[in-house]
Amino acid sequence: MSGRFTRLFHRLENERRGALVPFAVLGDPDPEESARRLAILADHADALEVGLPFSDPIADGPTVQAAVLRARAAGTTVERGLGLVAALRRTRPDLPIGLLVYANLVHARGLERFYAAAAQAGLDAVLVPDVPLEEAAPFARAARAAGVAPVLIAPPNAPDATLAGIARTGGEYTYVVTRKGITGVGRGEVDPSRSLIERLERFAAPPALLGFGIARAEHVRHGLQSGARGVIVGSALIERFATEPDSVPQYLDELRAATVLPPR
Amino acid sequence: MNTAPLIPACGRYGEFGGRYVPEILVPPLVALEEGFLRYREDPSFRAELDDLLHRYAGRPTPLTRARRFLADTRTVLYLKREDLLHGGAHKTNQVLGQMLLAHRLGKRRIIAETGAGQHGVAVAMIGALFGKEVVVYMGEKDCRRQAPNVFRMKLFGARVVPVTSGSASLKDAMNEALRDWSESYEDTHYLVGTVAGPHPFPTIVRDFQRVIGDETRAEILEREGRLPDLVAACVGGGSNALGIFTAFMGDPTVALLGVEAGGEGLESGRHGATLERGKPGILHGMRSLLLQDTEGQVQESHSISAGLDYPGVGPEHAHLQATGRARYVAAEDHEALDALVALARTEGILPALEPAHALSAVAREARAEPERGRLVVVNLSGRGDKDLAHVSALLEGGDRR
Repeated sequence: MSGRFTRLFHRLENERRGALVPFAVLGDPDPEESARRLAILADHADALEVGLPFSDPIADGPTVQAAVLRARAAGTTVERGLGLVAALRRTRPDLPIGLLVYANLVHARGLERFYAAAAQAGLDAVLVPDVPLEEAAPFARAARAAGVAPVLIAPPNAPDATLAGIARTGGEYTYVVTRKGITGVGRGEVDPSRSLIERLERFAAPPALLGFGIARAEHVRHGLQSGARGVIVGSALIERFATEPDSVPQYLDELRAATVLPPR
Repeated sequence: MNTAPLIPACGRYGEFGGRYVPEILVPPLVALEEGFLRYREDPSFRAELDDLLHRYAGRPTPLTRARRFLADTRTVLYLKREDLLHGGAHKTNQVLGQMLLAHRLGKRRIIAETGAGQHGVAVAMIGALFGKEVVVYMGEKDCRRQAPNVFRMKLFGARVVPVTSGSASLKDAMNEALRDWSESYEDTHYLVGTVAGPHPFPTIVRDFQRVIGDETRAEILEREGRLPDLVAACVGGGSNALGIFTAFMGDPTVALLGVEAGGEGLESGRHGATLERGKPGILHGMRSLLLQDTEGQVQESHSISAGLDYPGVGPEHAHLQATGRARYVAAEDHEALDALVALARTEGILPALEPAHALSAVAREARAEPERGRLVVVNLSGRGDKDLAHVSALLEGGDRR
């Protein structure tokens, strides 16, 4: 499957750049403002990862949890969240967009129907953070059948067998976790493991996007030096929207400037 | 380390169970499963656990034949007295088991979630015995409702962390414990409090609780010369119920009855009757039945007893219901309260509000057929001292329906 993420990685390879991928919770702080923010993110980044608000986000730290609560309180349902993606897709036909969604929202609608709706909304990839490789087969099958790439998470403690499975099962990109724990900034050192990325490459896994705790230009540079093809910025961005919303475009531009790779 | 799952089906009970967790938690869960399988067969582990259960916790617990509670029927009722166990509830059994396992696996820190605080108190208590650092996550709402248990945990040296996210109750405390564990698993054991969560927790907790049913089965055979017709227990997450059910699972003549929190009535929407009103879903690492809305957002449960106030249920119960091996009904808040008072007045035993649900359902069935001479065992899973303030407010505040 060659989707928008794959084409982006090819293009960036020629430009000698890594991808800057902001993460946002759909409907945060409310659906209208969320639509406006998604457009800003799309203008200042290479691709997006968006999350559907769920009542029990066990892989997320306080910042994303708070965003999820705001979005739900403002009436963001699965339907409205996917509607925000569909609206964005209409104006950005080439933007790679990945979705993060907890398993029960997929399960409740039925796997086939959920992935069909995701494809319909214009999503390229879907990551289910509470479905590890050993439970992933039915989700991945339904995703592929709908023409959506299943994305898996590679954490620092994954054994080779798991990385090999992620390589076989996943598509478009691999979400590489830089450290133990949950999403958020300042919860521990960002330590992108070169060896983890090298192992993934050895198994020919989809390109690595680095996540968890990335907030500053130096994190971006370190991440890309470790061999990742891009970085995902979530909690730091959500905090920035809360404290200095006007500085978000400039902040993204600074991070994006750090995605330029040193000359070969 | 071999990290391939030992059970390829990932701990399934029929279509329920599994291991739906972030990938980072899979290796620690596999390591826990391996450790559990190893020590389960280890004679020195078994000997130390049996010694603790006997000389520290006070097992075996008595099986008391009720004299007056159902005297207006021909039902013969026995009460399995887990209320007399050290700590005042069945929780101690499996906390001892998991703590010893964590100790043998070299974990220095123990985390746990708690709703009413009973599991938290048990972990704090046994953590003190083993000299562990204990952190208990408890919903902020529950911290306020159950202040004496918060104090009790602190007295045992535990740190209690109030959880403010989500609905600030048990399910959110479990979310927070899972988040902690995904960062701390190397030196920390997550001591799950019931037969729920990702594999292997449902199996581990059931295994360490099955002593309740093993003792009951042996003693009832000795005293009555036959197996009971019915074994009943309350079900929140479901650990005391599986504790007493497991020994009878292969006895087709023994009916198994689980009693859930009917709250203010199943039609009110304010209840904890997951098995009757839930739909299949994925939460806290397992596929089981869940109280959820149509798009899959998990709903808040409600019960007079904090111990039954959980929108999920152990996956084995979902399976036992699906296969018909066990039957599940609900008792409402006011029925449980009535049963608590009735047992206190007829037997001189103050049950916790949780097993009062089981007593209520059994009394209802016995009175529906007063001439039927069934032999019934109810697991009296805990004592009611923890509920005194709550019960007193309900009875004397005129709030009783």
